[in-house]
Amino acid sequence: MKKIMVCIKRVVDYNVRVRVKPDGSGVALEGVKMSVNPFDEIALEEALRIKERGAGIEVLAVSIGVADTQQQLRTALAMGADRAILVQTEAAVEPLTAARTFLAVAKKENPDLIFLGKQAIDDDANQTGQMLAALWERPQATYASKVEIGEGNASVTREVDAGLETIEVDLPAVITVDLRLNEPRYVKLPDIMKAKKKPLDVTNFEALGVSAATLLKTVKTDPPAQRQKGVIVKDVNELVDALKKKGLL
Amino acid sequence: MNKILIVGEHDGKTLNPATAKCVTCAKNIGDGEVTIALFGADTAAVASQAAALAGVKTVLRVDRPENAHPLAAVFAPQLAALAADYSHVFGPSTSFGKDLMPRVAALLGVAQVSDLMAVEGPYKFRRPIYAGNAIITVEADPNIKLIATVRVASFEAAAGGGNASIEVKSVEAVLPTHTRYVGAKSGSTDRPDLQTARRVVSGGRALGSAENFKLLFSLADKLGAAVGASRAAVDAGYAANEMQVGQTGKIISPEVYFAFGISGAIQHLTGIKDARTIVAVNKDAEAPIFEIADIGLVGDLFQVVPELEKALATG
Repeated sequence: MKKIMVCIKRVVDYNVRVRVKPDGSGVALEGVKMSVNPFDEIALEEALRIKERGAGIEVLAVSIGVADTQQQLRTALAMGADRAILVQTEAAVEPLTAARTFLAVAKKENPDLIFLGKQAIDDDANQTGQMLAALWERPQATYASKVEIGEGNASVTREVDAGLETIEVDLPAVITVDLRLNEPRYVKLPDIMKAKKKPLDVTNFEALGVSAATLLKTVKTDPPAQRQKGVIVKDVNELVDALKKKGLL
Repeated sequence: MNKILIVGEHDGKTLNPATAKCVTCAKNIGDGEVTIALFGADTAAVASQAAALAGVKTVLRVDRPENAHPLAAVFAPQLAALAADYSHVFGPSTSFGKDLMPRVAALLGVAQVSDLMAVEGPYKFRRPIYAGNAIITVEADPNIKLIATVRVASFEAAAGGGNASIEVKSVEAVLPTHTRYVGAKSGSTDRPDLQTARRVVSGGRALGSAENFKLLFSLADKLGAAVGASRAAVDAGYAANEMQVGQTGKIISPEVYFAFGISGAIQHLTGIKDARTIVAVNKDAEAPIFEIADIGLVGDLFQVVPELEKALATG
């Protein structure tokens, strides 16, 4: 194991309640706090723990996005990544484009492992890791809740609908991580200072030979249907009556 | 005409109900023909279940030993090869479908629409983003094969009574050996499946321990309900991961959902918005769950749950 690549997305912070613009053209993002996608933070944490258990392992953080995405990559460097690459673009990036971009970086960097979050909390697409694995013609282990690195392979326990499933994948491989894999570390002030000196390279689609063409068109954004507030009952008897009235008991 | 291929989900014995929901979604496309593909070591039993779904024309059985376990890396090249004859390829938005479908889309070099929740046209769909806080309408190019996962909570299951023809199909595809199934551990219970249960009893951090979750299991058994949990309860180790309901857990649509000691974070509400009736019991009258509950009871779950169980027993 020499190199681990971690893909990071800049998203609206987990605690922000997003609002749909009244004209239906999208969600209001002006002045909203942006953060590292929480699942990608878990992905990075796992890479760092493998690095700390081993020797001479480099952790590379890669992101695609606007110039300000450097902030999220600096956070990754402060957490402990060794260097970072930003593929800078103003364009909306579909998962297939993201996968093609990460593939182009992977072909240059030849990582032994690529970690990503299982989904980004903005578009909730849950596609990029699987697509990257397909294009790279390598194994995928999605929704990881436990990762054990062996000689040339990894044993990954996955959170699936029926419970937990374990698969073994040959390296190099793509692993997408679920919530309970680990708890990401807090960044300390000295680490933020140190991160400023770590290398952060900026490149773009053109240099990587990736087309940013989009295949899907978003024609409208609506707020979700709201549920009506119901009744408050005062005790269990009233609750049972209310359920019976609705034909639910 | 639209030709829609659905990848069926099963465990070798039983067809997962998510498949029947994909069929309903496919039928909403209109002017179409619906085919179900089944990958497995021996899909004879599940094929007859799939063939009985109303509106399905053909069931394709792709049986080979390598298909014994649902490995995306193994299924994807086969599904991608089958996809050549179809305009649309659907899979369920379950851990199985979410793992498999993007790999298929990438092999075909096309985009995927995730969590399709409503069909507005053969190439126009609605899907949730930002944990369901916004719903986008997306349009895809009709000249490009459409790959999608179907948000199962948004569709009723197709009825039975169908009589599709069953074909044994061999698929030319090179299967990788770089991914191997080791084993599974399921919290298998006799209770209904969380994603398709008509009734769900769910608990939050207020339960306080795994031991206390037994209160909910007992109530659930009286109701014939599945048991769910909030992320907080799962993270605290009170409940198993497969019980998690919400943005990153399961999205469910039962007839009635009982939330005990769940405050109602947005991410949790995302998972239950499609429930027909939501019942909330919480000590805190200000808990956000009460904003969306159809029936709310401000009270201590440790009193309410046993009382409710008793009330149910006496009818």
